[in-house]
Amino acid sequence: MKGGKRFPTAAAAGSAIIMLFVLLGIFAPLIAPYGESEFIGEAWEPISSQFWLGTDNLGRDMLSRLLYGARITIFIALAATMLSFFIGATGGLLAASQRGIVDSILSRTVDLLLAFPPLIFALVILSVLPSSTPILILVMAFLDFTRVFRVSYSSALSVITADFYEAAKLRREKTGYLLWREILPNVLPPLLAEFGLRFSFMILFLSSLSFLGLGVQPPSADWGSIVKENKDGIAFGILAPLIPAIAIATLAVSVNVVVDWVLNRVISGDKHG
Amino acid sequence: MSEKPPLLETRNLQVSTWTKEGGEWRENQIVKGVSLKLEAGQVLGLIGESGAGKSTIGLAALLYGRGNCGISGGQVLLDGADITTLPEADKRQLRGRHIAYVAQSPAAAFNPAYRLEDQLLETSQLHNIMPRKEAHERMVSLFKQIGLPQPETFGRRFPHQASGGQLQRAMTTMALICHPRLIVFDEPTTALDVTTQLDVLAAIKRMIKGENTAALYISHDLAVVSQIADDILVLRHGKAVEAAQTMTLIETPREDYTRRLLSAGHTGKQTTPVADTEKPLLELRDVTAAYGDGEPVVCNVSVSLYRGRTLAVVGESGSGKSTMARVITGLLPPSGGNIIFDGKPLPPSLKMRNDKQARRIQMVHQTPDTALNPRQTIRAIIGRPLKLCLGLTGDAHEKRLRQLIEQVELDTELIERSPPQLSGGQKQRVAIARALATEPELIICDEVTSALDTLVAEGVLRLLMRLQRENNVSYLFITHDISTVRAIADEVAVMHNGLAIAVGAKDVVLNPPFDDYSAMLLSSVPEMRAGWLEEALAKRRMESAGH
Repeated sequence: MKGGKRFPTAAAAGSAIIMLFVLLGIFAPLIAPYGESEFIGEAWEPISSQFWLGTDNLGRDMLSRLLYGARITIFIALAATMLSFFIGATGGLLAASQRGIVDSILSRTVDLLLAFPPLIFALVILSVLPSSTPILILVMAFLDFTRVFRVSYSSALSVITADFYEAAKLRREKTGYLLWREILPNVLPPLLAEFGLRFSFMILFLSSLSFLGLGVQPPSADWGSIVKENKDGIAFGILAPLIPAIAIATLAVSVNVVVDWVLNRVISGDKHG
Repeated sequence: MSEKPPLLETRNLQVSTWTKEGGEWRENQIVKGVSLKLEAGQVLGLIGESGAGKSTIGLAALLYGRGNCGISGGQVLLDGADITTLPEADKRQLRGRHIAYVAQSPAAAFNPAYRLEDQLLETSQLHNIMPRKEAHERMVSLFKQIGLPQPETFGRRFPHQASGGQLQRAMTTMALICHPRLIVFDEPTTALDVTTQLDVLAAIKRMIKGENTAALYISHDLAVVSQIADDILVLRHGKAVEAAQTMTLIETPREDYTRRLLSAGHTGKQTTPVADTEKPLLELRDVTAAYGDGEPVVCNVSVSLYRGRTLAVVGESGSGKSTMARVITGLLPPSGGNIIFDGKPLPPSLKMRNDKQARRIQMVHQTPDTALNPRQTIRAIIGRPLKLCLGLTGDAHEKRLRQLIEQVELDTELIERSPPQLSGGQKQRVAIARALATEPELIICDEVTSALDTLVAEGVLRLLMRLQRENNVSYLFITHDISTVRAIADEVAVMHNGLAIAVGAKDVVLNPPFDDYSAMLLSSVPEMRAGWLEEALAKRRMESAGH
C-alpha cells in the first residue's frame, strides 16, 4: 500500500454507489414516481419518458419497483448479517475462551450445520415455516452464522494464548469482560472485513431465495423477486429481468470493492501500528 | 602487508530507510557514517544494543538491505575496490562466492520442507562453483570437523530432525562450503541454551581459524564476542563508539558507554540467611505436573519461598521452569503434590481458588509485546486491576494509578498511550505496575529481562529490587541467565529435565561443591577474559572423561 492513494478510485466509487442505493431505498416513497404495486401501463412497456425503466410483467413501473426493492433488499440483508454476527461472534468467542465442553458442543453443532448446503437447507426450512420477513431474516442468519463463528473462533484462539489474556485471568476477570474487552478489540479487524463479505453474500442469498419463490412474498418485492417475475421476458428479448439483476450485481460488487480496501488498510495499519 | 588493502573496509558508511509521510518520502538514517577495517583471516566483533545498527552493517557488507533499507552514502570496499556500485548480477556472484551469512535463528533460516543437504549445497550449484559431488564431499568433511553426529548422513535430515545447536552448525557449514573469504555471523548463539552456546561458539571459532576465513561477528553479548573476536567495534544509535583490540577494550575501555556495557550484570545482591523461625510464604511439596497424559514436565519438586525474598529458578529451555510457574498460578493443576501458600494448602486449579487467593499471586511475562493488550491504553491496563481487585474509583483510583506509574519509574504522560507506542523496557515496566496493582504477595517473573537490552534489563532488575524493599513482595524469578541470578536471588533452585537438582541459599548453590549439572551450567556462562572458552572446554572434557 506504500505510495498508494489514500482513497482509491474503486473504493470511492463503491462506497458512493452503496450510499446512493441506501439513500434511494430509504427515500423510496418520496422519490418513486408511482406506487410500489400500482398498475399503470401495459405489460413490459419499453423505456420511455413516462416509464424511465419501462414496466414489468404486470404493467407496473419498473423504476418504482426497483426503488422499493432496494429498500427491502438492503434492509433484510443488513438485518440478517447483523443477527448472524451477533450469534456467530458471541458463540465463537465463547467457545474459544471457555474451551472444554462448551467448545465441543458449539463447534460440533456448527460443523453439523456446515455439512448442509445452505441453499437447500434454506429451501427445506422455508417451505415448512410460514413466510414472513422476520422468519426469513432468522433463517438466513441461522444458516450464515456458522461462517462468522469460524472466523471469530480462529481469531480469538490467537488472542487467548497471548500473555495479556493470562494476566487478565490471573486477576479473576469475569467471562464478559474477557470476551468484550480483552478479545473482541483484537479480533475486530478480521470480523469487520468478514461483515462486508457476509453482507454481500446475504444480498445474493436473499436474491436466490426470492428468485426461487421462498423469499419476499408478493406484492412486495426485493430485487430477486423482480427478476423472477420478469424472467419469462427473456424469451421475448425484453430488458425487464436484466435491470434488477444489474442492480444486484452492482451492489454486491460495490460492497466487495469497499471490503477489499478496508482489509488492505487494516493489514497495513496493523503492520505500522 | 601494509600495502595490501584490508579485505573489507567501510568508509563513512550510511544506511537509511525511507518511509512516506504525508505524500513525501522521509529518510531515516540507521547507520550514520561508520568506518571499519577487517583484515583477511581476522574476526571483528560488532557490539551494541538493539537499534545500534549492527545487523544493518552486517547486511550492508553483503550489499543487502532489508525492506526499504539501502546504502545511502559512503563506500564498502572489498580488497580496496568499491563494491557498492557493482551491477546487481555481480553483487549476487559476490554473495555466493566471497561473502556468506549465518543468521540468528536457525529454525527460521532453514526451509522446513527441504532436506538440509539440498539447502546447504544450493549456493555451490547455483553459482557453478564446484560439482555437486565435490561440494557434497566438502560438506561431509566440514560436518566431521564441526562435530555433527553421523556426518555422512546428517545432510539427509530435515531441519526439524536436528536440534538448535546442530542447525546452527549446519548453517556455519553452509557458509563455509564455497570457501568464502568473509562470513557475517549475526548473533549465531543468541537463540541457544548456554551449554549449547559454548559448543557452537567453540566450533565456529575452530572452523574460522581452520579455514582462515575472515568474519564479522555481531552480538549484543560482550562476553561471547570477547572469546572469538580479534578486534571489537562498539556501536550505539548507528554510530561507532569505540574500536579497539579485544583485550585493550575489555581492560581499558575509553568511552563511558563501553564501561557501562562492561559492568552490566555485575551487581550482586547481598543476602542474609532466613531466620529459623520464619514460615515460608509459598511451599511446593513434591509437585509433579504434566501436559495432558504426557510425560511429567515437572517431577517431585519441593521448594520454599519466604516473604520479601527472591527464589531464582534457573535452567535451560525444556527444564520445566515455566511449567512450574503455571502450576503455582493454577493455570496448570499439578498431577501430584501440594502447594502451600501462607500456611494453607492452595486449591490446585485457578478456577477452584477464590478471588482473594488468586489475586495474591501475580505474574510478569517474558515478552512485553504480548503481555499487554495492544488495543488498550496504559490507563486501562493498570487501572483495571485497581478497580476490579481493590474497588478503587474516582480520585482514589486516579491517585493510585499515577502513584504506580511513578513507582515503576515511568512518565505519567504515557498514561493515554497504547503499548505499540512504548519501548520494550517501558512495556515491561507497565506489566510490572499491572502486577503490583492487585497488591500481591508473590510475583512470578518469567524471564522478564531476556527480551530486553543489557542496560535496559539492568534498569528493570534494579526496579524490581527496589519494589521488593518497599512493598516486601516475594519474587519467584525464572531465568536462564546466571548473572541475573547473582544479581537478584536470595535462594536458588536449579532445574534440569523437570527435577530440582540443587535447592538452597544462593551462596551455597552457586559455590562449590557442585553437582555435575550445576557445574556444567555454571562453567558454560561466558566470562569476559582471554582464554575462557578454551578453559571451559578443557574442563568439560576432563569432567566427562572422569565419569
